[in-house]
Amino acid sequence: MEILSILIPASLLLGGCGLAAFVWAMKTKQFDDPSGDANRILMKDWDDHPKP
Amino acid sequence: MTQAAAHPLQVEHGGMAACPACAVMPSAQALAEAAKPLHARLMLSLPTAHCAACISAVEGAVLAADGVISARVNLTLKRLSVEAEPQVTASDMIAVLRGVGYEAHELDAGLLNTTETDRQGRDLLMRLGVAFFSMMNVMLLSVAVWSGAEAATRDMFHWISAMIAIPTVVFAGQPFFKSAWAALRVGRLGMDVPISLALVLASAISLYETTQSGVHAYFDAAVMLCFFLLLGRYLDHRTRAVARSAAEELAALEVPRARVLVDGTEVERAISEIAVGDLVRVRPGGRMPVDGVITEGASEIDRSLLTGESLPVFAGLGMAVSAGEVNLTGPLTLRVTATGADSSLHRMADLVAVAESARSKYTTLAERAASWYSPLVHLLSFAAFGFWMWRTGGDFRHAVNISAAVLIITCPCALGLAVPAVVTSASGKLFRKGLLIKDGTALERLAQVDVVVFDKTGTLTLGTPKPTNLADHSPQVLGVVAALAAGSSHPLARALALVATPARVEDLREVAGYGIEARHMCQVVRLGRAEWVGTQAVDVTATYLSLDGVVHVFTFADHIRPGAEAAIAALKAQGKAIKLISGDTTGPVADLALRLGITDWTAGALPAEKLALVRGLTEAGHFVLMVGDGLNDTAALSAAHVSISPATALDAARTASDIVLLGQNMAPIGDAARIARQAKRRILENFGLSAAYNIVAVPIALLGFATPLAAALAMSLSSITVSLNSLRLK
Repeated sequence: MEILSILIPASLLLGGCGLAAFVWAMKTKQFDDPSGDANRILMKDWDDHPKP
Repeated sequence: MTQAAAHPLQVEHGGMAACPACAVMPSAQALAEAAKPLHARLMLSLPTAHCAACISAVEGAVLAADGVISARVNLTLKRLSVEAEPQVTASDMIAVLRGVGYEAHELDAGLLNTTETDRQGRDLLMRLGVAFFSMMNVMLLSVAVWSGAEAATRDMFHWISAMIAIPTVVFAGQPFFKSAWAALRVGRLGMDVPISLALVLASAISLYETTQSGVHAYFDAAVMLCFFLLLGRYLDHRTRAVARSAAEELAALEVPRARVLVDGTEVERAISEIAVGDLVRVRPGGRMPVDGVITEGASEIDRSLLTGESLPVFAGLGMAVSAGEVNLTGPLTLRVTATGADSSLHRMADLVAVAESARSKYTTLAERAASWYSPLVHLLSFAAFGFWMWRTGGDFRHAVNISAAVLIITCPCALGLAVPAVVTSASGKLFRKGLLIKDGTALERLAQVDVVVFDKTGTLTLGTPKPTNLADHSPQVLGVVAALAAGSSHPLARALALVATPARVEDLREVAGYGIEARHMCQVVRLGRAEWVGTQAVDVTATYLSLDGVVHVFTFADHIRPGAEAAIAALKAQGKAIKLISGDTTGPVADLALRLGITDWTAGALPAEKLALVRGLTEAGHFVLMVGDGLNDTAALSAAHVSISPATALDAARTASDIVLLGQNMAPIGDAARIARQAKRRILENFGLSAAYNIVAVPIALLGFATPLAAALAMSLSSITVSLNSLRLK
């Protein structure tokens, strides 16, 4: 059962990373325009060089 | 939030992503920027944007325009927000967009108060995400306990669960605690009181049991409750937010402006800045922005939105006109007699507001369910507590454990999802068909309807006339008519302009308010009003041509709105009675009723008579669906059990109605009635399903056999069945 002392913190840490990513995405308003973002990935405008 | 701090101007631009330049801008420059006057912030509606290419084209074109700082398309809301130098106006942007082939409308950014809605939505989504994270982690630990972890291991798992679950309940449960507290303060038992009680009791008992190394802890149940209930809340919020933002968009479409004469020159002004006594110019095709008296010019005006008359009315010097009427043929100058809140348009809207507030409050199915559900749950839980106190001879811990288990198991997870899941799925379906549900309870009310009352002009008909007796005229007459008609933008003339190859005419001129005059083979020919060409008017909508001393009559009927036949057939097939009531004269109304197969019709009805008809039907025990578009319909629209108006209707009518028809086609109304009935059936089924789960689970809990595993199973199974059932809508 000693393995639990590694597994539990590990699982909590990974879950916490997921939660932190979600909070970050919320705060930076990434859920405001889902269909727009889904389409923007198809735009060819900045394929050759990054957006300045 | 660092961007906002670095660049204070961005703070209020909630709906829009900060421009990339601002994010990298050094703070000194940002401060200098802040000292400058605020940028113009424009909002445009882009109804036709739908793909990645649209985004590139629109943003590219707008950014290339002079003075534009940033532009961003929101494809979900079909909106473009533009940040630009103060001198840039919305009409410049609309012209730019028209140049690249996109239709755009100016939206009143002040009216679009979406930031508040967005904030609430984000808030709920955040709590939902946190609850989901906790649910997954606590469940992982709980599975270990259920599969046989014992003694110290079990206690450790319980402690870790508590560390995750309790902060989660405190954070994610806030919407429920707040509304439960609000309900308790006014002495009511809402649905949120048992929810909050279950959340608090489950967490408290589990914590106590954990400190006593007890066997059972309900941490997983508490966070699961939070998650499923928040899901219902979020769905509910999203449906309403989408409907609200679209309705606001409709309201904002007509940005009210008028052309005011100041020292002989025309100046564009907002309606709010116009004073009584000002002179206002209204061009042909324009809508009267204010009430006034004509001081210059003669024309014909279309009053169909106010009275339902399909025939244009002559307007000359000294005549009073009301806001909302449309000027057809000649330019008019008005002396303003009333503006804004005093104008007849607004007085009518106020009347509607009064009718609205008097509308009998509809108790939704969910409210009815909650009204007997909450007391029952509390009673059951207290009864269980009392019984086990007596049975065990005062074992407080055991009795509280059982009453908490009863509360948790009966907690209305499925009940909370039962209505929002169905409404979300149904209104999404209707939105794709072109119907916008403005009011959450509209679907339930629509399901009850047994009588449908239609307005004529602008609702069943498009308000664009179609000639009916062309076959009675010789090709020569038609040629002359087409030539004359080409000279005017009057709706009757436009309908005649394309009926034949125009004959040669000379000296074509429009006599505003009367008709068109020209010379054909050295003779004067006239097309226009009966008295002007020298004849008696006939009963139906008609225009008159005098040619070689003979008067030819051209009669018209309104174009039937596409899908009207289909909608009426579908409604009849569902066993609903159809009525037609119009403010127009008998001739056109009888004709339309015949064409659509409506036997029950009334013509020449005043707004008050329409209202009386709807009230009478309601008092006779019928549930009335009113479909109308004009100002003369608004009172009836707001008195009806549920109401629908087309998007072309006046603001007041759209505000008064529960459902807005976005496209021109009327056929979705038939679908709406069908889907509403189906949705109501699904809601009732959902109530049945959650009741069935409770009937099985509650006795187990009352007898004290409920384990956290049983509670988790009952809760998740019932929520999932209810959600799946909601998706069965066709």
